[in-house]
Amino acid sequence: MNKRFEKHVDGRSDLFIPFIVAGDPTEEATIKLALMLQEEGANAIELGIPYSDPLADGPVIQRASIRALEHGMSLEKAMNIVPKMRERGLEIPVIVFTYYNLLLQLGEERFFALVRENNIDGLLVPDLPFEESEEWRESCKMNDTALISLVAPTTSDKRLTAIAKEATGFLYCVSSLGVTGTRTDFHSSVFEFIDRVKSLSPIPVAVGFGVSAPEQVAKLKEYCDGVIVGSAIVRQIEAQVDGLTNEETQVEAIDHIRSYIRDLISPYEKLKINT
Amino acid sequence: MSTMVPDQRGRYGRFGGKYVPETAMYALEELEQSLDEAMADEQFMANYHEELKKYSGRPTPITHAENLSKRLGGAQIYLKREDLNHTGAHKLNNAIGQALLAVRMGKEKIVAETGAGQHGVAAATVAARFGLECKVFMGKEDIRRQELNVFRMKLLGAEVVPVSSGSKTLKDATNEAIRYWVANVEDTFYLIGSVVGPHPYPKMVRDFQRVIGDESREQMEDLPNKVIACVGGGSNAMGMFYPFLQDDVQLVGVEAAGKGIHTGEHAATLSEGRLGVIHGSITYLLQNETGQIQEPHSISAGLDYPGIGPEHAYLSETGRVTYTGITDMEALDALKVLSEEEGIIPAIESAHALSEAIKQAPDMAKDETILVCLSGRGDKDVHTIMEHLGGEVDE
Repeated sequence: MNKRFEKHVDGRSDLFIPFIVAGDPTEEATIKLALMLQEEGANAIELGIPYSDPLADGPVIQRASIRALEHGMSLEKAMNIVPKMRERGLEIPVIVFTYYNLLLQLGEERFFALVRENNIDGLLVPDLPFEESEEWRESCKMNDTALISLVAPTTSDKRLTAIAKEATGFLYCVSSLGVTGTRTDFHSSVFEFIDRVKSLSPIPVAVGFGVSAPEQVAKLKEYCDGVIVGSAIVRQIEAQVDGLTNEETQVEAIDHIRSYIRDLISPYEKLKINT
Repeated sequence: MSTMVPDQRGRYGRFGGKYVPETAMYALEELEQSLDEAMADEQFMANYHEELKKYSGRPTPITHAENLSKRLGGAQIYLKREDLNHTGAHKLNNAIGQALLAVRMGKEKIVAETGAGQHGVAAATVAARFGLECKVFMGKEDIRRQELNVFRMKLLGAEVVPVSSGSKTLKDATNEAIRYWVANVEDTFYLIGSVVGPHPYPKMVRDFQRVIGDESREQMEDLPNKVIACVGGGSNAMGMFYPFLQDDVQLVGVEAAGKGIHTGEHAATLSEGRLGVIHGSITYLLQNETGQIQEPHSISAGLDYPGIGPEHAYLSETGRVTYTGITDMEALDALKVLSEEEGIIPAIESAHALSEAIKQAPDMAKDETILVCLSGRGDKDVHTIMEHLGGEVDE
């Protein structure tokens, strides 16, 4: 079992798991954002790898991917940022969020060599469904790496049971159909769905897709073990792109995003880890 | 061998499969089950063939290109006239099949992607015929290149949604169509236009296009020596080749070599691509070193796709089908020759297949035959053709 997941994720019910795109807008900004997110109580970080054809993502993350790709970000380069985060004090697990094609091109062997060298803890491949992931589940196990599985409101009971049985790290509950992106409301059936997942999952259940307001976090808190926040944070980053790119204004830009995060996850009343 | 693929998991050898987000899995399971039931239902298939006959005008004829064959002095060239389908291309065969399936599944809306606009027009057409609401996603760049088809789709009552993500062409329109479908699967059917995408799409489209090859086998007195078809995603080629796979017939797929393979500006997926995942399927695709999907180039919007159907990747690997490349200029030359010799203006896509036949015919005997899939007519391409050939045609 992965030690960082054991310490920061296992058995908790107040998980805050933010998603940022590696290299959006620069490598240095990504490092500073990761450290800030840890200070604000993040239990793990999803490090998104920019991709030309992100099928599961909405416009906000698509634009972030384009920004990061313009600076030549790649899966390997993103994985090589993690040791720099660790040197500067990042203790929480880092989950590499990558589309399958990028992983295929890097190769399994090279990927896990980088996982070991760079202290990476998890992998999430949004377009690798359960039926196609057996080989990767095995190699993740051998490398102490959590392979984060997703379940959706349309996932059948049969598949849900199979997925929950094999899931590691935390189980990612997709709040709604469609792509990532902020939503003002959740469909009422979502809460029944989360209950169903909770009853089957031996590991923490976190909900993502569309989480963008403290009211949502407060409501979800009653039903599951945490929230995954992607587009809402990436949108904040987008609004601060200029500030984040310029060294003199970086701290100020980060603090803008920090106050948004503080407000968003206020229902969790988190103790800060590093401050 | 051909009867063995795809397997239960939708695999053609190491190609194919279902590489989609979890949110799409239910939609694919539902589709797979409904498709199996429909294909086993005689009434459904009878309806499909009846529509092909009475609505699309099938069977399409085979025309002996006598003047062209004489001029080349080699093999006899025959043209399977898919350009004579209602709406002007083979695309309608598949659109009719999928629309009937959508109705059978109780869906009220269809969504489609389109490159050249031919599939979009086919989707808009069947939507009108079967009383379905229709949204067509089309790259902004393609909308510019294919004005006429955009207007036709609107005239048919479809909504054309411009796609400005990524490179604004077919691959991005496909991404958007999939994203939309997954979010609206309850009442929406995704009518895909080629033998691409996650299982069971490549199989379904092949099975709705095999009518091209089935008819051809019946219409030709003897089996042809060669069958040639153009390949973007590869639906006309797959439909043409599939019934000939067990025969002693050489099969040739023609990719778009664009400005030339060595210029980097082409859509020659099989010769220049690497194994990867595109639109939910493992196949060959054009990509850079780290796996970002690359923008293809072809003069024809219908071949301008960075991937290829997984069954083509499989047939290439097993060696059953040979794949070659034809450049933009070669295709335009062939288009001009066919127009002048036979009075048929082919789509630029189909002109790629024709160009390959023109290359190969002189080296074959006069009693040998080449069957070319003339997948569509050239009316939609007149603007592009004028840009390139304007001066010459004026003479």
